[in-house]
Amino acid sequence: MKCGILLFPGTWSHQDFAHVCQDVLGCDWGYVWHKETSLRGSDCLILPGGFAHGDYLRCGAIARFSPIMDAVVRFAREGGPVMGSCNGFQILCEAGLLPGALLRNTSLQYRCGWVHIRTESLETPFTRALTPAQVLKIPISHGEGRYHAAPETLARLKANDQIVFRYATPDGRITDQANPNGALENIAGICNEGRNVLGLMPHPERAAEAILGSEDGLGLFRGMLDAIAARPA
Amino acid sequence: MREPRQITPDLIAQHGITPEEYQRIREILGREPNFTELGIFSVMWSEHCSYKSSRVYLKSLPTQGPCILQGPGENAGVVDIGEGLAIVFKMESHNHPSFIEPHQGAATGVGGIIRDIFTMGARPIALLDPLRFGPLTDVKSRFVAAGVVGGIAGYGNAVGVPTVGGELHVSETYAGNPLVNVLCLGIAPKDRIFLARAGGVGNPVIYVGAKTGRDGIHGATMASETFSEGSEERRPTVQVGDPFREKLLIEACLELMTGDAIVGIQDMGAAGLTCSTCEMASRGGTGIEIDLAKVPLRETGMIPYEVMLSESQERMLLVVHQGRETEVMRIFEKWDLDAVIIGRVTDDGLMRVKDGERAVAEIPARALAEEGPVYHRPLERPASQDETQRLDPSRLPVPRALDCVLLDLLASPNIACKRPVWQQYDHMLFCNTVVPPGSDAAVLRVQGTRKGLALAADGNGRYTYLDPYEGGKHAVAEAARNVVCAGAQPLAVTNCLNFGSPERPEIMWQFAEAVRGMADACRTFETPVTGGNVSFYNETLGTPIFPTPIIGMVGLLDDIRHATTQWFKQAGDVILLLGERHGELGGSEYLKVIHGLEAGLPPRVDLALERAVQQVCLQAIRAGLVGSAHDVSDGGLAVALAECCMTGPGAALGATVTLDGTIRPDALLFGEVASCILLGVRPEAAAEVQAMAQAQGVPCTVLGRVEGADLTICGNDFNLSVPVTRLQETWATGLSRLLG
Repeated sequence: MKCGILLFPGTWSHQDFAHVCQDVLGCDWGYVWHKETSLRGSDCLILPGGFAHGDYLRCGAIARFSPIMDAVVRFAREGGPVMGSCNGFQILCEAGLLPGALLRNTSLQYRCGWVHIRTESLETPFTRALTPAQVLKIPISHGEGRYHAAPETLARLKANDQIVFRYATPDGRITDQANPNGALENIAGICNEGRNVLGLMPHPERAAEAILGSEDGLGLFRGMLDAIAARPA
Repeated sequence: MREPRQITPDLIAQHGITPEEYQRIREILGREPNFTELGIFSVMWSEHCSYKSSRVYLKSLPTQGPCILQGPGENAGVVDIGEGLAIVFKMESHNHPSFIEPHQGAATGVGGIIRDIFTMGARPIALLDPLRFGPLTDVKSRFVAAGVVGGIAGYGNAVGVPTVGGELHVSETYAGNPLVNVLCLGIAPKDRIFLARAGGVGNPVIYVGAKTGRDGIHGATMASETFSEGSEERRPTVQVGDPFREKLLIEACLELMTGDAIVGIQDMGAAGLTCSTCEMASRGGTGIEIDLAKVPLRETGMIPYEVMLSESQERMLLVVHQGRETEVMRIFEKWDLDAVIIGRVTDDGLMRVKDGERAVAEIPARALAEEGPVYHRPLERPASQDETQRLDPSRLPVPRALDCVLLDLLASPNIACKRPVWQQYDHMLFCNTVVPPGSDAAVLRVQGTRKGLALAADGNGRYTYLDPYEGGKHAVAEAARNVVCAGAQPLAVTNCLNFGSPERPEIMWQFAEAVRGMADACRTFETPVTGGNVSFYNETLGTPIFPTPIIGMVGLLDDIRHATTQWFKQAGDVILLLGERHGELGGSEYLKVIHGLEAGLPPRVDLALERAVQQVCLQAIRAGLVGSAHDVSDGGLAVALAECCMTGPGAALGATVTLDGTIRPDALLFGEVASCILLGVRPEAAAEVQAMAQAQGVPCTVLGRVEGADLTICGNDFNLSVPVTRLQETWATGLSRLLG
């Protein structure tokens, strides 16, 4: 199985990722249930959006204890490509695979709609197919997406080129107005030091077909599939 | 709670049961009911569950059609959309709980209607929320509005069903009684529809989901009373929602439904365990026996009365084939859901409730569920109706600054941009949303096919107050028009009928007239009613709300590429008006906002013309001739034109329009009409659209052209011109300014 889509109770974007894998990209995929302990031969992992375990506590705080997470952490540490979107990003932060945390939006309200993000780094498997500073039109849908990190963490993120996406205007300017949730320095997505784990609040799976308003999210999937193809078996 | 020893007349009255109804209960049982049975009858025979005042009128609504697979009587209606697929949809109200506790009241309304949909085997894929609040300048109404929107967002987003549309109107009439209606639509293979019927003597009855607590006891009865001072003290009868558990129930039930272990399934909504058990038995023509000692309880010391009447959320009742229990339980276990066998299907037609070995209730299921009281309540046209309908426009001055009037209307919360509301809802989940909130109708694609679905909800309380028959027609006509403007053929409707107390003859008159209007309109458009909900007793301190029938309309696009939006697409396009302008002021938003009047006769709907206008619009869209289509509605022609200019996601476009005629300018610009659609078409397509209109006998006028940066409307004796950026700024901030 190429693309393993993690399924926690309360996850809801898994079907959309599966749809893009199957109907848009025609790639092999399968769900991995959170109570399992094996990734069933996945070559890459997607942690989709939703409210894993209800997220009544801090988002992702319970999901990190799901039985499958040991295998996820191992896979990530071994360099396997992992992408967490929305709730998946929150889970990756809680699991310690990515630094920082996602806090309540400054509006104190849920926000769903189109935003633009600027590509800040091409040095990840997911962004390799994009162009420098490429602006992507992509939806968000979250109540707790305000990225936050301690000053020293932020400095490290910058020094290591780990900031992958920033909220931007359609023409690529980083402004307060373009920031939908109050994220620190407009950060929309980051990667780990190993560069194989990407977390982002936006939903690339919702920006994969022209009929829905954008195909800009496809680049992330293509990059990921290329990376799998290039990895030694 | 302690069980009273004796059934006294006081106790009977407290349960909202009349002496005549009590007599019928004694006849059915052949004895006096005990306390538990009294409670069971009181909820099942409440207005909310029994439709005792509305039933005789609802029968007049058309419910049959070639594509209708299931009409009223089940948890939701089912409509065939071809290619082996069916849609399952229904609308319900949660008005009373939402006034008492806005956030949870609205949230549990969402949860309840979603259960009605997946109960039938359909995956819920869309929600729409028609809302009515008091003026948002009032602190209490703002609190209610924020709570309701937050509750819908909190539940809908977490449970993972996108809210793709809805509507929001404010008026003083809803200040003490907001309306929260929720429509849910699901999709299913058409040969995999599940019904809420028991069957197969000896088959196990399984309870699954949340534990039963004391919350929501008598919720259905509360919804069958008017509000008085201190209604907030009823907070304990409002339940608390748990969207996570609901999500688990959706996934577990849909997984179970891929097999054939289920005989029948129903959610525990209003009247909880009582309603689900007796209705399943009644529909299946069987009996049912349950043991309350096996019901998972959240609290200790609950008496049978409380267990039977609890409206704790996120609970389902299933009848499964004997011998398949283990596989059923394995699926619920996978999803960490509590499931227990609490009883069996029997052959004696009785709903028998035991508490361990002790029998606590024994009632003929059919008599309880189907043979409740039916009332032919007295009707009377209110004496004040003539006065209400009187309007002498000659006494109203025509405002000099028509541009200011236009801006005032665009800032009115009823017309202003609703983005501050819908941006709080996930409206994109499932990758189906081709037209998001903000156009005449939401459009979803149907994955795996070329088809699409258009969804709209409409209802004008003011029109219905001024003329209930026309108001009923309008609700259907406008919903159909909105769906047509999106490029879809109207298919079927669901409704939510929000009225005052049926015990008042004038309210019953409003109800009967509105239903008559809806029935006539539904027959004209060949859109059967597949189900819905009646909410009476929307009154506070003796003042009823405006009668507010809301229609939820589903339309089908054979080709999703026909999906059309309301905003102009490019400069140079010709603006056409399909339909006839009348220039009446009655019932208009203009009259309310500018002159403070809610009077006159609403515009009359000529159903034959309306149908013809819609047919021409759809024909032109399907022929690929239409860039934009938008119906003329609240605020009249000027507002509709402004909306065409500036509601799109791209840059606003200007327009220059000439309106001839001798009608007074305010009536020409802001008077409301039925059966009018504005089209934006390429210049080379205009003649073809006009020919189509002529062939159907539909008036079609060239109004002007999309051009420039201003909206300019010239009449015989006026000239209105405003930069579209100014229109946009006013419209975009109108609601957010009020919501703070």
